[in-house]
Amino acid sequence: MSEKDVLILGIESSCDETAAAVVKNGREVCSNIIASQIDIHTLYGGVVPELASRHHMEKICQVVEEALSKAGITLKELDAVGVTFGPGLVGPLLVGVSYAKALAYASGLPLVGVNHIEGHICANYIEDPSLEPPFLCLVVSGGHTHLVRVKDYCTFEVLGVTRDDAAGEAFDKVARAIGLGYPGGPKIDAAAKKGNPEAVRFPRAHVDDGEFDFSFSGLKSAVLNYLNGAAMKGEKVVSEDVAASFQAAAVEVLTENAMNAAERFHADRFAIAGGVASNSALRSEFERRCSEKGIHYYHPAGILCTDNAAMIASAAFFHYKRGERSGLDLNAVPDLKLGREKP
Amino acid sequence: MKILAIDSSGLVASAAVTEDEKLLAEYTVNYKKTHSQTLMPMVDEIVRMTELDLSTIDAVAVAGGPGSFTGLRIGSAAAKGLAQALNKPVIGVPTTEAMALELWGYSGLIIPVMDARRRQVYTGIYSFSEAGEGAVRPKCLLEQCALGIEELVAKAGSFGKKAVFTGDGVPVFKEDILRLASFPVSFAPVHLNAQRAGAVAALAAVMFREGNYTSACEHVPVYLRKSQAERERERAEGHAGG
Repeated sequence: MSEKDVLILGIESSCDETAAAVVKNGREVCSNIIASQIDIHTLYGGVVPELASRHHMEKICQVVEEALSKAGITLKELDAVGVTFGPGLVGPLLVGVSYAKALAYASGLPLVGVNHIEGHICANYIEDPSLEPPFLCLVVSGGHTHLVRVKDYCTFEVLGVTRDDAAGEAFDKVARAIGLGYPGGPKIDAAAKKGNPEAVRFPRAHVDDGEFDFSFSGLKSAVLNYLNGAAMKGEKVVSEDVAASFQAAAVEVLTENAMNAAERFHADRFAIAGGVASNSALRSEFERRCSEKGIHYYHPAGILCTDNAAMIASAAFFHYKRGERSGLDLNAVPDLKLGREKP
Repeated sequence: MKILAIDSSGLVASAAVTEDEKLLAEYTVNYKKTHSQTLMPMVDEIVRMTELDLSTIDAVAVAGGPGSFTGLRIGSAAAKGLAQALNKPVIGVPTTEAMALELWGYSGLIIPVMDARRRQVYTGIYSFSEAGEGAVRPKCLLEQCALGIEELVAKAGSFGKKAVFTGDGVPVFKEDILRLASFPVSFAPVHLNAQRAGAVAALAAVMFREGNYTSACEHVPVYLRKSQAERERERAEGHAGG
């Protein structure tokens, strides 16, 4: 290891994954441990914040221990600790933030608070070591739908956000409505492969006063109305067709907004990130549209799309290099905005 | 033996360091700022003030519940982080017993009460006189639990003794306690009526000698209550089953 190498331990607990990772120089993953709580929350059809918080508490030491041992290092060999401090669920965030502050403090390591959405974007730096800003990025997950102009490693301009439901939230709700269960993203993706995306024409919502904003509640309602209508008429619904038709509408809106932004800002690079970036229809549509426009398209591997701590360590690295440090009074900020608050 | 103790289970945030029979430092704040912002800066302050080399402590103690879920999370997550980094054990101290310890020497019942919402308190009933002369831990007459205030006062009355109430549940339920109690009641004075990390450390030292501690990994707070989602699910399943 050369003298300049920077090793950062990332810690992530903003929703229902307890994760820790060691990343070298912001791009090279030495370990990436994720303890998923999906089995627990599946029983409730969605994430239960109090239960998520309690499970983070049970797992956090173990995932860190495992991340360090997989990376073959000790706490002393680290250069810093990075932790997600928002946005997310306050209880789960507080576990990670309180733990990371204490761990860093007692190890004599600097602490860097990380914005979770920034982390998702940084997953692309890990996936493709040649990627550098500026580029555009669509961050889509269960909790977030952000169209972002990445101006520099630590400078972001949010071009558009969802006005109501996050894209992944719509996937979850529709999946529940057609009886596919939780989590909705992968279930819809799988069902849609066997369905006809043109079976039902669901609306493609465009937000009038926000050029790059998104809205998914109308689409979700349209699906629910369709299902209710069919039930009242006693018609049998082909859930694969509904899944495929819903997914086609959601993907079209996401891609359309993204391509409009690419045109406006003359982007030659476009990245996607977040849990929904694992969706196969979104991936292939992005690939197709980007190649049509001669835009270089980036997408992280599935393990880096889902909530993970490698992306948090990566984001922490770029702030660390700029000399940014968080104090012991770092708090969880559930509604943390991208590109505004400083950790 | 050196113990670093923290308590953020209630309205108070508190940190302390004890070394054998000496309280080296204690810092207690009851102010509107969140524990997440105050607790670690307080720990840092006493570490610097006492020139404490953290590697010399023997254990990290924390008020391990009951208490506010958020407060317990902040305290226990901090304790786990400190202990894991220092490779020391965690002593999860029963919150109410540590509060009772503050009233050591009182001859009647000691009843800590924390507001648990829904007209309940997190509580326990302790007695030093029944523990025998010179006892370091009080005798526990009612295990830590969440209880309606009426039920608690009735239970306390069954012992036929005087009682002192302490904790941040007192201002909330004082009228009820006075109205319901058929026994002599008093309330702890201002310097002893809330959580203090010094008491957590004192109790932790005894528990440590008893072998009553865990690794950082193993430590979890005692919430005493399930989450609302779990309760509702159990109720629904109970109905489905019956």
